[in-house]
Amino acid sequence: MSTHLWTPPQRQGADELDESWYARSLPRFATGYFLLGAVVVAALLHLILGVGVVLAILAAWVLFVVALSITSRFVEGGRKSRDRLATSLVCSAFLIALVPLATLLYEVVSKGASVLSAQFFTYSMRNVIGEGGGIYHALMGTLIVTALTALMSIPIGILTAIYLVEYGNGRLAMAITFLVDVMTGIPSIVAGLFAFALFAIFFGTGVRMGFAGSVALSLLMIPLVVRSCEEMLKLVPNELREAAYALGVPKWRTILKVVVPTAMAGIVTGITIATARIIGETAPLLIICGATDSTNLNPFSGRMMTLPVFIFDQYRNPGIPPQFYVDRAWGAALVLTMIVMVLNLAARLVSYYFSPKTKA
Amino acid sequence: MSSSAAEVKNRPPRQLGDRVFKGLATGAASLILIALAGVGIFLTSEGFPAFTASKSQIPGEVTIVAYIWPLVFGTVLGAAIALLIAAPLSIGVALFISHYAPRRLAAPLGYLIDLLAAVPSVVYGLWGIFYLAPRMTPLFLWLDQHVSFIPLFSGPASPTGRTMLTVGVVLAVMILPISTALCREVFLQTPRLHEEAALALGATRWEMVRMTVFPHARSGMVSAAMLGLGRALGETMAVAMVLSVSGVVTFNLISSTNPSTIAANIALQFPEATGVAVNVLVASGLVLFILTFLINFAARAVVNRRKEFSGAN
Repeated sequence: MSTHLWTPPQRQGADELDESWYARSLPRFATGYFLLGAVVVAALLHLILGVGVVLAILAAWVLFVVALSITSRFVEGGRKSRDRLATSLVCSAFLIALVPLATLLYEVVSKGASVLSAQFFTYSMRNVIGEGGGIYHALMGTLIVTALTALMSIPIGILTAIYLVEYGNGRLAMAITFLVDVMTGIPSIVAGLFAFALFAIFFGTGVRMGFAGSVALSLLMIPLVVRSCEEMLKLVPNELREAAYALGVPKWRTILKVVVPTAMAGIVTGITIATARIIGETAPLLIICGATDSTNLNPFSGRMMTLPVFIFDQYRNPGIPPQFYVDRAWGAALVLTMIVMVLNLAARLVSYYFSPKTKA
Repeated sequence: MSSSAAEVKNRPPRQLGDRVFKGLATGAASLILIALAGVGIFLTSEGFPAFTASKSQIPGEVTIVAYIWPLVFGTVLGAAIALLIAAPLSIGVALFISHYAPRRLAAPLGYLIDLLAAVPSVVYGLWGIFYLAPRMTPLFLWLDQHVSFIPLFSGPASPTGRTMLTVGVVLAVMILPISTALCREVFLQTPRLHEEAALALGATRWEMVRMTVFPHARSGMVSAAMLGLGRALGETMAVAMVLSVSGVVTFNLISSTNPSTIAANIALQFPEATGVAVNVLVASGLVLFILTFLINFAARAVVNRRKEFSGAN
């Protein structure tokens, strides 16, 4: 209002000020132009000079980052230039992280798809040398071992989470929370050795059985289940519990009928993701389930093949010619990856559709 | 008095249900303590014979320390390379998801990174050996020709690409999701008011990140890196499949003679091992367990200490 106050530059009637004001920043789509330039440079390098794709992209990327920040430094000054540099580095980090995922999925699908056939799913490797055979024995083994693991881990995991959220206060609860965190970091091969050492006491050092494999996997799965269930139970509002207590419902029925059902969607999601994580574990099963070419449906006796071990075994012990074995490894890798992805997707869908809608 | 006595009389069935359920929950929770103790006890009991065994019984006819030392070296070396690559990358990725990506895209992009964690380790092994290794060899050749005066790249370059550096890259990809997830979590916990205050003072986005997000998340980033390190130390299959091993101790990252890692060595030797060799492998597993346990313990302790006085609660 008063004239001595500085007024921000107006677009109308202050053209001189306007220009100097806007001249100090790069045009709005500057990043886009530079990116376009970099793509052109990469294409020229690759097509005309015959530089390799990776090298061309790398060179263009360096050029892009350097050119953008230098231009910005002269036009906009050091602070904005550093900001642009940081932005391009952060975005590049994300793109770099996607490269392995993309190439891995492409590789698995392109090399594995041609192997899949009805025979691949319905035959075991018994008496198969060279071409043919399938993953039936490994698929059944994986299903049995994973089912047993889930059977042991889910009740223990949920009960532990209930203890931590509903009952635990004091030293034991704190120690368990901490140790569950630490347990998530146990190397899978150590879990396998643990199961081996445990079962070797009863069955001797040559012990190999599916059930022992699921004991090893449980050691890895329980902390995952506890973690996710604990988070979900904590989200249940206390008002629900208090309302149940006010109606005279005992605590255990409150937990079973009010708390757990409310958190059910989250719990199912967590368990599904934990299962997906566990189903691809190789090292413990290699130790304690062993490898075999035959179908074994009894988890309490003898070697049992599983999908991850099958992949490793086909890769590690190829016959002549090795191509058939490598092909089968890729085929099994595709099946395993698909199982894992489907489980992950299912988990997301469950949490998306069935979780209680929070009020906006 | 009589009414309260009646109440007390009526209550036992309820209390029974409560007691049973509480007992079940406490029992399940205690089982975790027992399991963790069991891991230590059973590994020690099964690995102990290796420490008293004579030289001639141990594979390679060396002492147990001489057997395990190159493995520990290889384990730490591989994990260190992975950490060097993954730590800055995961901070960048987490920052992208938490502060740079459009809001609407942030969650789906986060799922994409989580998918990296879902891929089984054997599949990473296949990818490492058949996709990555051949593409790394030109780099190794170049390093060998031009910078071989650096001990890390003294060569001769491996023609197959099955080297420690390749393993480090594969491990970096494998630990990226877990480090990213934790970093993202702590980045998102930055008090909103701090960020807005920085922006209101005219800070650019990067200055805002440096002034508010990083100071708040420092301990979280440290523990994310340590958790990643713990994961890399224990990773088995990718190393077992990709690395071409011989029991040497060397910093040379690009040759075809590399130290093995504890986990990979167990995976490769265990199926055929008998007698004391089994005990030796279990003993090396015990060393790995202690190593990762300490690192995870420290990482979690850093996070938990932070929780108590973070602005987020």
